[in-house]
Amino acid sequence: MKKRAAQPDARAVHRAESPWRQARRRFFAGRQGPLGLAIIGVIFAFILIGPIFAPFNYSDIPNPSEDVFLGRGPSFEHIFGETAQLQLDVYTLVVNGGRSSLLIGFVSAIGSIAIGTLIGIVAGYFGGRLDSFLMRLTDVFLAIPSLFVIIVGARILSALGGTGLQTIVIVFVVFGWMGIARLVRGQVLALREMEFIEAARALGVRPIRIALRHVLPNAIGPVVVSFPFAVGGAIIGEAFISYLGFGVSALTPTWGNMLTNAEDFLLQGNWWWLFFPGLFIVMTSLSVNMIGDALRDSLEPEGRRS
Amino acid sequence: MAATRRTASKPLLELTDVKRYFRVRGGIPLIRKELNVRAVDGVSLSVARGETVSLVGESGSGKTTLGRVALGLQPATAGHVTYDGREIRSLSAGERRALRKRMQIVFQDPFGSLNPRLPIGDQIEEGLLAHKLGDENARGKRVREVLDLVGLDPDYASRYPHEFSGGQRQRIGIARALAVNPEFIVLDEPVSALDVSIQSQVLNLLAELREEKGLTYLFISHNLDVVGYFSDRVAVMYLGTVVEMGPVEQVFKKPQHPYTVALLSAVPKIEAHDVKDRLILAGEIPSPINPPSGCRFRTRCWLREQLGNPDRCTTEEPKLAASPRSPDVSVACHFPLENGLASTTAKGRQAIKVKTKAASTKAVPKAAPKGRATKKRSARA
Amino acid sequence: MIKRGTPLLQVRDLAISFRTSRGLLRVVDGVSFDLAAGECLAVVGESGSGKTVSALALISLLSRRQSVIEGSVKFKGKELVGLSEDALRPIRGGGIGVIFQEPLSALNPVTTIGEQISEVIVAHRKLSWREAKKLAIGYLEQVEISQPDQRVRQFPHELSGGMRQRAMIAMALAGEPSMIIADEPTTALDVTIQAQVLEVLRRTTTERGAALLLITHDLGVVAETADRIAVMYAGQIVETGNAADVLRTPASPYTRDLITSIPSFAARGRKLATIKGMVPSPADFPSGCRFAPRCRYAIAACTTATPPLAPVGKSRLVRCIRAKDVVSGAARRAR
Repeated sequence: MKKRAAQPDARAVHRAESPWRQARRRFFAGRQGPLGLAIIGVIFAFILIGPIFAPFNYSDIPNPSEDVFLGRGPSFEHIFGETAQLQLDVYTLVVNGGRSSLLIGFVSAIGSIAIGTLIGIVAGYFGGRLDSFLMRLTDVFLAIPSLFVIIVGARILSALGGTGLQTIVIVFVVFGWMGIARLVRGQVLALREMEFIEAARALGVRPIRIALRHVLPNAIGPVVVSFPFAVGGAIIGEAFISYLGFGVSALTPTWGNMLTNAEDFLLQGNWWWLFFPGLFIVMTSLSVNMIGDALRDSLEPEGRRS
Repeated sequence: MAATRRTASKPLLELTDVKRYFRVRGGIPLIRKELNVRAVDGVSLSVARGETVSLVGESGSGKTTLGRVALGLQPATAGHVTYDGREIRSLSAGERRALRKRMQIVFQDPFGSLNPRLPIGDQIEEGLLAHKLGDENARGKRVREVLDLVGLDPDYASRYPHEFSGGQRQRIGIARALAVNPEFIVLDEPVSALDVSIQSQVLNLLAELREEKGLTYLFISHNLDVVGYFSDRVAVMYLGTVVEMGPVEQVFKKPQHPYTVALLSAVPKIEAHDVKDRLILAGEIPSPINPPSGCRFRTRCWLREQLGNPDRCTTEEPKLAASPRSPDVSVACHFPLENGLASTTAKGRQAIKVKTKAASTKAVPKAAPKGRATKKRSARA
Repeated sequence: MIKRGTPLLQVRDLAISFRTSRGLLRVVDGVSFDLAAGECLAVVGESGSGKTVSALALISLLSRRQSVIEGSVKFKGKELVGLSEDALRPIRGGGIGVIFQEPLSALNPVTTIGEQISEVIVAHRKLSWREAKKLAIGYLEQVEISQPDQRVRQFPHELSGGMRQRAMIAMALAGEPSMIIADEPTTALDVTIQAQVLEVLRRTTTERGAALLLITHDLGVVAETADRIAVMYAGQIVETGNAADVLRTPASPYTRDLITSIPSFAARGRKLATIKGMVPSPADFPSGCRFAPRCRYAIAACTTATPPLAPVGKSRLVRCIRAKDVVSGAARRAR
């Protein structure tokens, strides 16, 4: 085989940069992404390390005192103040509540995205009757008013065995996969027509391998972008249903059920009980949204200049 | 040139009356009519080993679809596709997959035909993996071999498609097709998306590979210059059928079908020529769902107009047949042109004489062409 | 109607830079040309030559945030560079019309053809919608669209590619501009449709005495449509002159190589001439002549300084210090 002279038209490129690395570079080049990551990093650190600084167990009643029914405000000893009635330390509650809330957020996001992605790929790639069936299933789930179902589901599950964190996670996962499924299916349908998929078929590559090695990595973009939004959504969702009273029982603190309890005392002057968990919910939600936006911008570069 | 490349007389690929229809739902809602897009509507042609046959046509001609059907990537709705003596339809799934080693394809779009998320070496390797050709070492060697063959530095195997230019990506596509060592390659508009100076590089490469490996090509293009340069035989397609087919020299120098004449005339040329000779077809390409009855080209045919609209064009679909004068060329026309070259000039068209063996009902006036075919006025008034 | 021959557009030292993460990147440099009424100037180049960017910059269609335009563009004596959006608006469409390459994306998919044409008329000619609608049909007739009274009410997706492009031409004409910029108007069309559309374009502009700035990469189109040609390479003009003359006897090595590398029936059996190497990207423009690394006429002096656009013979400008050798070399080869 004769050796061909190296083509002078070979582009001098510095080093191989995979699309993933490109995306990562773009992510850190902007401001939103790193800022979002920083905020959520701080929150995480707080949740993880915080208990070290919390001298009290969250159910301890440190300073029982008849005349301070409303609870004391932020002080040196209780930096986030105390709750009304039971005079629990708000700081401790926030730290522990954070664990629960973040756990709910991440686990349900992972669960719903995993299921949604699987269904989306199967429906999109294999098409036909399977696709129709899965999409009808998705429609059915979407048609059910989720709040209603969540409430009913939570009540049923609690009747069966306590409303713990698992209940809420299960409920969120079971009713949260549909959006991703549709998104992924859409991606897969578009990808199926791309020439490089046709090329793989023309080479004789088997369908499973095409699905996993060619379709999936290209369809995963929106999935990655959806993840932080799903986390944020779950945290806010939990706060919402706990506020309504159908969420996790007050025995296990979450940011959400702190809000429920604190609300009654807001007008009477106890603002810190509501403020701090609320602050954390907002900051978490804000930071995951920033991360999500930055991810979207870095994975899908804006328009091609011709 | 073609003669030296033909090694066997039995054709490598044979298409017999191939049809490919796509079902489309249409009509008024509630009255669901099953309509068919007749992308390929009865094509017969054969490709001999070592030959380069081109499919030329515009949008709606069906040439792209025909390429896919020839390759077995899409099933033929009717007709027979035979490769090396065996009909593709009768093969088992495993045999069909094994065929992929012998028949390959290079795509048009250098951007869409490569997976943006895999290094190019991996993509070239896919074919080898699919057919279990060699262990990891052997495959790596083959990838490097094939990259070198197309003129790319083998060290680039770990790079990603976006790091290459359009011309280089086309080379990668060619490398990918070559990796499994095929004997037959369908080239689907391989240079249409490339700049002119890159086109020539890639065409030279394809020609070299053809010589070195004795490859057989089915070359699909809308660019007549490229086709004229690169192929041995050409099949001109219009609305799903072949209207003229034969050795390139004959078809280009003495086109017999009025559509071929129009195509050749429409191509803008650099060399000075009388722009007044340009034949401009009127009208649009009809829908492939409902092609015109009789001859499909009749709605735009300048010759028919000139002949006074003979009924035969509307009632009877012309069959592809060789003319005794030029046995290598087949034409599908009731009134094939005898002096094709002359018809490319305005004067020549005016003086067209027609074979009257057909039952042409109207007398043939030597009328000046008017109406349908507009002569291009000189741009430099 | 404008008198033929009056310079309509005068471009001097047009330079365009893009803002990138690594600072300001100059992509087009020192572009100068004139365009007279009734004339067709073809700007030719491959991808990366800067032809489209230059054309868009004339009426500031590039993103103001991301690009910087320097130099002078005088339209009917009035300077366009630096004008505000408000000041430019009447000129866009009214003085200078534009036709884009992809009619499907350049036309609004949810408005009818008639509405889109009327919109141009109303914007630039102070007529009412009703009057505009009547005129719209007239423009469709001029571009030889079949059944114009029906087409007026149709949407872009109902038309074929060729018809859409004609609709775009009608839209451009509706503003009654003195000049039309056509950016690769037929590249996406079939060759028989291309012939139709080019004919319409040329006829309608000639009839009005309007000037046509035709951006294309197809030298055949240039030969048949243009009066003059400007060849661009790597952001610069490398040759200008009478179209037929340039194509017959190119004086720039790039133009010459471009012409000889085109495949044709006549070249059968021979290896095609190629231009080795690749077009440099703006970040890697060589110092000195930008074509030198790929040029078969290159000598040491070519890399030291960028050659200026200098006259060679009658009404020909070339950016090459060896232009005379290129011309005579070609003559020698013709023997």
